[in-house]
Amino acid sequence: MRSAITKYFNSYTEAAPLAVFRIGFGIMMLASIIRFWLNGWIEKLYITPKFHFSYYGFEWVKPLGDFTYLLFVICGISAFFVAIGYKYRIAIITFFLSFTYIELMDKTTYLNHYYFISILSFLMIFLPASVYYSVDAWKNTKQSFQRIPRWCIDAIKLMLGIVYFYAGLAKINSDWLFRAMPLKIWLPSKYDIPFLGDFMQQEWVAYAFSWSGMLYDLFIPFLLLWKRTRLFAFIMVIIFHVMTRVLFPIGMFPYIMIVSALIFFSPEVHHKILQKISRWFRIRKEKFDNELSLIYKPFKRKILTSIVAGFFVIQILFPWRYLLYPGELFWTEEGFRFSWRVMLMEKAGYAEFKVVDAETGKRFYVNNSDFLTPFQEKQMSFQPDFILEYAHFLADHFRKDGHENIEVYVESYVGLNGRKSVPYISPDVNLLNFADTFKHKTFILPFNDEIKGL
Amino acid sequence: MIRISKILLIATLVFTACSTEDDGPGTDGGGETTSFDRGAMLENWADNIIVPAFSNFKSSTQQLEDLTLAFTAEPTEENLLALRSQFESSYIDFQTVAMFDLGKAEELSYRRFLNTYPLAASEVENKIASGTYNLELPSSFKEQGFPALDYLLYGIGETNAEIVGKYSSENYRNYLLDVSKRINALTAEVNASWQGDYKDTFVSNTSSSSTGSVDKLTNKYIMYFETFLRSGKIGYPSGVFTGTPSPINVEAYYSNDLSKELYMKALESTLNFFNGRSFNGGQTGKSFKQYLEFLERGDIATDINNQFNGIMSQATNLNASLKSQVETNNTVMLAAYDELQKAVVLLKLDMVQALSISINYVDSDGD
Repeated sequence: MRSAITKYFNSYTEAAPLAVFRIGFGIMMLASIIRFWLNGWIEKLYITPKFHFSYYGFEWVKPLGDFTYLLFVICGISAFFVAIGYKYRIAIITFFLSFTYIELMDKTTYLNHYYFISILSFLMIFLPASVYYSVDAWKNTKQSFQRIPRWCIDAIKLMLGIVYFYAGLAKINSDWLFRAMPLKIWLPSKYDIPFLGDFMQQEWVAYAFSWSGMLYDLFIPFLLLWKRTRLFAFIMVIIFHVMTRVLFPIGMFPYIMIVSALIFFSPEVHHKILQKISRWFRIRKEKFDNELSLIYKPFKRKILTSIVAGFFVIQILFPWRYLLYPGELFWTEEGFRFSWRVMLMEKAGYAEFKVVDAETGKRFYVNNSDFLTPFQEKQMSFQPDFILEYAHFLADHFRKDGHENIEVYVESYVGLNGRKSVPYISPDVNLLNFADTFKHKTFILPFNDEIKGL
Repeated sequence: MIRISKILLIATLVFTACSTEDDGPGTDGGGETTSFDRGAMLENWADNIIVPAFSNFKSSTQQLEDLTLAFTAEPTEENLLALRSQFESSYIDFQTVAMFDLGKAEELSYRRFLNTYPLAASEVENKIASGTYNLELPSSFKEQGFPALDYLLYGIGETNAEIVGKYSSENYRNYLLDVSKRINALTAEVNASWQGDYKDTFVSNTSSSSTGSVDKLTNKYIMYFETFLRSGKIGYPSGVFTGTPSPINVEAYYSNDLSKELYMKALESTLNFFNGRSFNGGQTGKSFKQYLEFLERGDIATDINNQFNGIMSQATNLNASLKSQVETNNTVMLAAYDELQKAVVLLKLDMVQALSISINYVDSDGD
């Protein structure tokens, strides 16, 4: 066993797949940033709102006013530098920090795939992605290697595997499999998709999509790993992600996953890709093919592998933290984020806040649109940590307005996966008595139904 | 195999490119389809509800202008009473079109010009005194429309004689006439667009995206119910958002006993729209209700109808003048608000979720 591990860490492979991955990743990120900007989302999501929902512990991360644009510029430039492999280590660190900062500014915009980008770029800090086919390697032959330790490429594969596999596990629940929820709600509204519009109305289609989606997520990492099924699996990757792109407003994510999945292919495929690029840009690829292997000094190797191993232990354990909380995960959302729970819920809420003067009993309702954008209001209305943070914000605001002895209550309703809306937060609880913590939020009313499964 | 995957990739990408077109027409190729016919729902909305409502309102505002002319030509108490009665019926008719804030109406800020209240009465007086004003400016929302007529026909004197007396001044006559004319002119424009091309544009846009007619009107409908009906007619006057009742915020503040009737008409119109009942009341067609039933969520439609009944039966406790209701016993107003609020939850949460319509136009990604 021990020798097998030692042997594994001493085996080397072509660096080409990692180089292709780096280029693809950098370009996709640059494109995402530009798209985000052109859609006017920087303004809409980070400049316009008067109030931003913070992650617990990251309250200090806020949009920077007009400098927010500069942040996106930095993020975009660093993505480009990652793509061409110029000053790679600095570039990827800058990208990781700027991108993660952007994501932490307001949790309203939380998406699993943004989280995926953040942790992937973190992982890439510790991988030698620029020793081959990069500006760095071109300029400094001492930094140029054709071969790298095998684990450096397997780390990316493992990351992708975790994302898919956990997304598959999360789909093993009674709502998804036996009620075909939420696809049964979402698919019929896609009646105007060419060719498939009428098809989407059939109930069995929702079931078929649910089950095949679950199986796809669970098995695709293994099918990609095994050489004999790899091409088939890659075609499945394309079909699956294009389908999701057609059906849902899912942005760049499908393309990122398709490009990322290329890493499972053999080095020959990647050399071919690089040859193509070399022909287009008249790059002398031979210069990188120096037959040298990147061999880390023992100490450096130990540090790198420890960090990467620690990273994966966290990744594997973190999605299970929901088990520490009582109640239905979909209802309380305690431990829901950062766990590859993708497209699992059609959940919406309505929350009306009541500000009460504890002494006089005088009370009034809050007009949410005075403080929140429609998007923020929508996200706030069914997530307890948002509701709590907003209640505290309202208290601060009305205190400044001269109100005294403030108590804040909320009357809220939430509908989940086609169930009728029911009260969500206890209306008799003064939310100001609670601070946000990682502890269970006792003011969430019980779900009164059961979703079986993981 | 490589070649197959390339072809597949290209084919799917082309497919994506085509299918993300936002404004493509529906794919009803005729024949048997098991999907809900949104086109037929849009047709019912347009042909049987929106177009007749606007056309009826147009004759109403024409009458209003004619009678204003008659009154300003000859300011007598008799003419004042005739004009007032037309004002009341026009204001009530307005409640049948107020929710349809799309197309020309949206472009013109129609609803804001016709019914922004409370009125800036002192500004109106200033403008009348100076005799120079431009009612087309957005800054003049609060100085015209029905609230201005309400003031000019009821609020500028203690007695009818005193009010009529004011109209010996040419400036008063001009302002009154200009307000009336503007209501009629704006209505003519909106009505003409529905009589013309806009109806077809509206009906044929069956897209499922947020720019599709169903999505847009659903959003407008719910926003009308929440903001203009619940908050505007009941919430603000009763001080739900401030803790202090505010009679001046009552719709038709000066004419006093019209406000409840306006409220009831708005309720009736929104309920009829939900059920797809034609403007003339004769028939029901494809509607939110039928759509929900098609999706096997008839329970939501029943709840909504029941809740509307609850709102209307609560309303029997309301004074004909919501102003005196606010001043004498505001708790009945607060109770009305609570009932309306329950309907908002059903419409904005349960219905919209079942129909899978997104409730705002924030076009950010999901995952």
